Amino acid sequence: MTIDWNAFTPFTALGGGVLIGLASAWLILMNGRIAGISGILGGLFDWTKGDRGWRLAFTLGLLAGPAIWGLFHALPSIEIHASTPMLVAAGLMVGVGTRYAAGCTSGHGVCGLSRLSPRSLAATLTFMGGGFATVYVIRHLLGA
Amino acid sequence: MSKYSISAFIAGLIFSFGLLLSGMANPEKVLGFLDLFGAWDPSLALVMGGAIAVGLPLFTVAKKRATSVLGTPIQLPAKRDIDRRLILGSLAFGIGWGLAGFCPGPGIVAAGALKSGAIVFALSMIGGMWVFHLLEKRKA
Repeated sequence: MTIDWNAFTPFTALGGGVLIGLASAWLILMNGRIAGISGILGGLFDWTKGDRGWRLAFTLGLLAGPAIWGLFHALPSIEIHASTPMLVAAGLMVGVGTRYAAGCTSGHGVCGLSRLSPRSLAATLTFMGGGFATVYVIRHLLGA
Repeated sequence: MSKYSISAFIAGLIFSFGLLLSGMANPEKVLGFLDLFGAWDPSLALVMGGAIAVGLPLFTVAKKRATSVLGTPIQLPAKRDIDRRLILGSLAFGIGWGLAGFCPGPGIVAAGALKSGAIVFALSMIGGMWVFHLLEKRKA
């Protein structure tokens, strides 16, 4: 393992992390809901009366972020190198997987670990492991 | 829009800014973290660390309260079991995450930035969630 010191951005990473933590705390303390992106999106399919407005509003906030950011500052770069078939496959696996696991990086990773939940720790270690293994196979075994 | 929805919108917006500031809306940066055996970028670990450092005390407050500031019940997950659904689901999610460098939040934010690849990812992800919904409904 070698650390890529040129790519490492400790201050913006910590600052962004603090914002994510504040947003999650905001949603639980103000609305009483867990800021789990996969759960908020997936719950839209349940059509439960009175339970869709806040989900749509939260998602709208996520979507509006880049446009509002762009009013004040240049957007940070977003580089996507994966091919379209790869993006489709990735989306399906992330969509189905996070719903079976009842959580993703936000619900299990941030909120779950903040609640000291062993279940969320197990989920986080598993998806991190899956991610590490997949990138290892793609970049170092297949050499793509 | 109700107060409840406006509050949720603000939470989503701050979350979005956090992902943008931290660089996590950029899948190349996320893949740099997942590439543990290449030139490793530890940034994502600090994002999680920063979020949890703030989350720990504030979720401790939330655990002690029954109702939110807006008067609704505080709904914390009750499930505790580490079962096959959790592990296999997380594994599938992790593999998909490693394929493109997108997890749900960054996928939506990058789609909001109108990146065509992110829109493809986000639509496919929502399609996957719909498939899950149909499979669960059939079971019920």
